[in-house]
Amino acid sequence: METVIRGRVWKFGDNIDTGQMAIGQYTRQGVEVYAAHCLENLRPEFPGSVKPGDIIVAGKNFGSGSSRETAVLALKHLRVGAVVAEFFSRLFFRNAVNLGLPVLECTETHRIEEADQIELSPIQGKINDLTANITINTQVLPEHIMKIISAGGLVPYLENTYIRQNESTY
Amino acid sequence: MSGKTISEKILARQSGNSNLSPGDIVWAQPNVAMMDDPLGPKMIEHELRRLGNQIKFPERIVVISDHCAPPSTILQADLLTLTRNWAKEYQITRFHEYEGICHQVMVEKGYVRPGELTVGTDSHTVMGGALGSFSTGIGSTEMLGVLITGEMWFKVPETIQIKFDGTLPDGVMAKDLILRVLGDFGNGGLTYRAIEFSGSTIDEMEVDQRLCLSNMTVEGGAKAGLIQPDLKTFDYIKTKMEPGNFESLEPAYPDVDANYCESKRYQTEEIRPLIALPHNPENVAPIEEVEKVELDQAYIGSCAGGRLSDLVAAALILKGRKVSSSIRMIVCPASRTVYQQALKQRILDILYESGAIITAAGCGACGGGHSGVLGANERCISSTNRNFKGRMGDPSSMVYLASPLSVAASAVTGKITDPRIFLD
Ligand code: SF4
Repeated sequence: METVIRGRVWKFGDNIDTGQMAIGQYTRQGVEVYAAHCLENLRPEFPGSVKPGDIIVAGKNFGSGSSRETAVLALKHLRVGAVVAEFFSRLFFRNAVNLGLPVLECTETHRIEEADQIELSPIQGKINDLTANITINTQVLPEHIMKIISAGGLVPYLENTYIRQNESTY
Repeated sequence: MSGKTISEKILARQSGNSNLSPGDIVWAQPNVAMMDDPLGPKMIEHELRRLGNQIKFPERIVVISDHCAPPSTILQADLLTLTRNWAKEYQITRFHEYEGICHQVMVEKGYVRPGELTVGTDSHTVMGGALGSFSTGIGSTEMLGVLITGEMWFKVPETIQIKFDGTLPDGVMAKDLILRVLGDFGNGGLTYRAIEFSGSTIDEMEVDQRLCLSNMTVEGGAKAGLIQPDLKTFDYIKTKMEPGNFESLEPAYPDVDANYCESKRYQTEEIRPLIALPHNPENVAPIEEVEKVELDQAYIGSCAGGRLSDLVAAALILKGRKVSSSIRMIVCPASRTVYQQALKQRILDILYESGAIITAAGCGACGGGHSGVLGANERCISSTNRNFKGRMGDPSSMVYLASPLSVAASAVTGKITDPRIFLD
């Protein structure tokens, strides 16, 4: 199975914390509300203009701060296609995989520009920047991690693998 | 190829790889998976039923009710019932309640073993690292995955080496060493990293105290806090394991040329008694800087500071002295075993004579559960591991974290006190 994720780039800097993606004062009001304010303190136009499939490209330590799952859910609600960062905070990375948001570490995110069209191949560990016409190496995501992500997260993955399996044996 | 750390070796073995480096993502099989009462069966029972209701390796599961035992509300009592019934239904033979704090029971029963991979639904699962196990906390959803598949994914962490060389000065305990580390690596400086503690201080330290070091690495964000197993480790676990199991252990040791992302060395003689000020364990200061802060409660307990050596330390100060009448002192042994040992060694006598209140073994007031919860604006000095806002009670209460020696010294004066004034 090879997954290729294509999309247009939104660039962000270092240390984007989960409190920017799911702003505390809105998180109790449901995902529609807090997603509509996602990252607005950094880029006010983001929640209104981001298109399904767009890709966030950021610097170091993306998803720092509290381990709130709502940060991932906000990005998923806006149908962000993937997040590429130099590195992620541990819990953001875990939450993203287990909730089905593609995440990929890449030390050369500075070579990718705002609004570039890029293609991620996580299993191969490559990014094709179609606008700049360059190929950049990334972390390689094992196939089974991509399976969890593509299923939409850990629970849907377990559902696919175990419920279906059980059904086929009976 | 450079040498490997303990974490890299254990994760490699449990994932069937021969060679792992930091950043690699693998599927690994935990040897033991522990669930506690708040984040265990209650959180997964429904989904588990929906997903086929089969536990892949029931013999690897441990269920321990500790946070709510003994219960102080009907809600807590119901949670204990649910957990107990769940363990029975799924024939979990390694089920414990009313026996003490889950992490302490895990090491006392010999469930945590050198060289093995341990996971648990509580962040202080890292404590097992003191026995040389890669032991780490996981979320309830991940536990669901472990129950069903017997495995979970891990990203291999980088390792920081922290060395303590020299003798512990008077008045200084493992708690002060880890507070020093947390102060120095503040603001998540240990995040996602595995820690390996070593050096002559650690070699000399009893397992009972080593557990406190590993326990609090998670306060800095660490994924594991390891100590390589040695004779002290083996002596400790030998009597606790089922016959035959000891011989089959496969401990993991770091290679001499292991690759550390950072190394830090402390001269232990230079460490002084420390205290973490409200509301963060990384907010560390020398205790003499906050002396004289008036207190309402002194608390000895938790998986960080309620073991026999902690009670012994408190008794050292309290022997022949009285707890100040302006304060209440609560002692909550980490387990029934600790309770019994302290009883037999007459430690509880000394504590009782001094005026301390001794409560049932368990999590007690550490997480604000029961038996010593703080009211509005109250100040408490505590041998526990967390002092977040509202952790032990009312959001306006203040918790200061310090060693059992410092807690006991402060109980005598009713104010935050450097324990060295009582040690000649
Ligand atoms: S004693 Fe405190 S820190 Fe330890 S498991 Fe219980 S509530 Fe958590």
